[in-house]
Amino acid sequence: MSIKKISKYQPEKFEFNENNLKISKEIISKYPEGKQKSAVMSLLYLVQNQNQNWIPLAAMKYIAKLLHMPYIKVYEVATFYSMYNLTPVGKYFYQVCTTTPCMLRGAYKLVEACKEKISKNENEISEDGNCSWVEVECLGACVNAPMIQINENYYEDLSKDKLLKIIDETKNGKQPKPGSYKGRFNSAPETERTTLNNLKNA
Amino acid sequence: MLEDKDRIFQNLYGDNGIDVESSKLRGDWVDTKEICSKGKNWIIDEIKSSELRGRGGAGFPTGLKWSFAPKEITKPHYLVINADESEPGTCKDRDILRFEPQKLIEGCLIASYAVGAHKCYIYIRGEYFNEGQNLQKSINEAYEKKLIGKNACGTGWDLDIYIHYGAGAYICGEETALLESIEGNKGQPRLKPPFPALIGLYGCPTIVNNVETIAVVPTILRKGAKWFAGLGRPKNTGTKIFCISGNVNKPCNVEEEMGVSLKELIEKHAGGVVGGWENLKAVIPGGSSMPMLPKETCDTIKMDFDSLVEQKSGLGTAGIIVINQDQDIIACMARIARFYKHESCGQCTPCREGSGWMWRMLERMKNNEASREEIEMLEDVTKQIEGHTICAFGEGSSWPVQGLLRHFKKEIIKRNNFNPLVNTNKNIPYLVDQHLLDKENA
Repeated sequence: MSIKKISKYQPEKFEFNENNLKISKEIISKYPEGKQKSAVMSLLYLVQNQNQNWIPLAAMKYIAKLLHMPYIKVYEVATFYSMYNLTPVGKYFYQVCTTTPCMLRGAYKLVEACKEKISKNENEISEDGNCSWVEVECLGACVNAPMIQINENYYEDLSKDKLLKIIDETKNGKQPKPGSYKGRFNSAPETERTTLNNLKNA
Repeated sequence: MLEDKDRIFQNLYGDNGIDVESSKLRGDWVDTKEICSKGKNWIIDEIKSSELRGRGGAGFPTGLKWSFAPKEITKPHYLVINADESEPGTCKDRDILRFEPQKLIEGCLIASYAVGAHKCYIYIRGEYFNEGQNLQKSINEAYEKKLIGKNACGTGWDLDIYIHYGAGAYICGEETALLESIEGNKGQPRLKPPFPALIGLYGCPTIVNNVETIAVVPTILRKGAKWFAGLGRPKNTGTKIFCISGNVNKPCNVEEEMGVSLKELIEKHAGGVVGGWENLKAVIPGGSSMPMLPKETCDTIKMDFDSLVEQKSGLGTAGIIVINQDQDIIACMARIARFYKHESCGQCTPCREGSGWMWRMLERMKNNEASREEIEMLEDVTKQIEGHTICAFGEGSSWPVQGLLRHFKKEIIKRNNFNPLVNTNKNIPYLVDQHLLDKENA
């Protein structure tokens, strides 16, 4: 089980903006009547979206009212799942996968790079306020290991040098190009693939 | 080797388009109406005789699972697709979501029709945000072309497909935890029975299937159960996407026939082990939950459900993690144990506490700091967890450690020979949970 800390800084009020309120109604309509509680996970994502990628307690209370469910239930969900940030994170939020398949291919070198360039510890926002990083469990791109996720994009087949360059780019406020950094085609073998060589639609 | 024409996922690497028109060229949506017009029983029987087994890890026969759905519909039925792919070493569903979404959507329609569901939820792990967005586009396109929605594809069946995002909990890949998660709760597994086929999502009959299982269904029905059953061997039929990662020269995903030899997969498709075959130490054959195989077994093993069970392992999700001699095998397993410690949902005590124990012990063993007794103790802990939990997570976390002890006990013993002072000098006070003083482990 992971331990999640709540931010000491808490805004007093939270409300969806007009657009998000509309989206939230659409989300609720995906579920059967009376089961609007199911929308809680998606709504928490919406909050993150609107609130610089983290969820304050006020937002949990707001969602609880919106979905007619007890506040504690929203709190439970927000603390159970690891993708909800309950403290502020950087504008570029680095998630470094270090589970065994990535570790075998040098994921801890990527952690070193983050420690050198972003911040000494996990979940610490860098001095320029742009980036923060965290070690996470398997992100499900094992054949493209080692890899990281920045916000919603995957950066695959990395090495320490390449990651250092990516960090520099984000520090300058640029969005680095997602995908493989070995020039590799998705999850196909790097060279001389053995299958599906006939590219015609058959 | 399997011929390209027998591969189900022609666009596994994303060479071609994913829109409906391009997918039709690959054979999707061609005669869906005819297939459905043959009736529910025909579909279920055909899947049964193809001997398709679930691709999500447990390998339960799919046709049989579908037949558990009540025939008389008194409550709404649901179909739930498990795309919460989080097993370390596995990344096949991601490619299906990215590059073969229409196969999945068509599979959803046929499966929903067969089990009597009008609503289908696809549970995608939150990290696959871009994949989910692409899938939503494909779903929208299918709605526009009237392939799903009211009177889907002219079959007279109504089907709505919704995407539900997870949020980074491995346990939500367990089917009942997944249902809890959709209902808006913490993802903690339910007791079984009752099985979801009778009481599942919102208390209604629900069939939960893996992405790959559903995505192969249309092709099986089109090419015939005989074709599918002709690949592999009885009870282990068809093709499977293998994900080969770790210390290989060219890690990749590849679709191969069930029962292909492990050596062929690694040597031929993945470019061989780094440092040559002789440099191989061990292979985890089916995602991190499955016990590892030592090199001697890897030389000859065939990759299918039953051959791997004979070797006290399992096919699982077919995520092959190759570990060579340059790696510290104990460190690899300690990291996997840390994964399980992090992902335990905390509902059952043996798993919640035991996964942490195993991790801390393995960390000590990695640093050559464990005492002699601890090796036996570790084995005992794994046995205390296994079979004493609500869901299969207990087995998933203890089996890899058991596999390590089965094959590499000698190495652990050689490295860990620490004899606590308390054994020889009775006057020294000894803290039972001394490890808690270690801040990192707290």
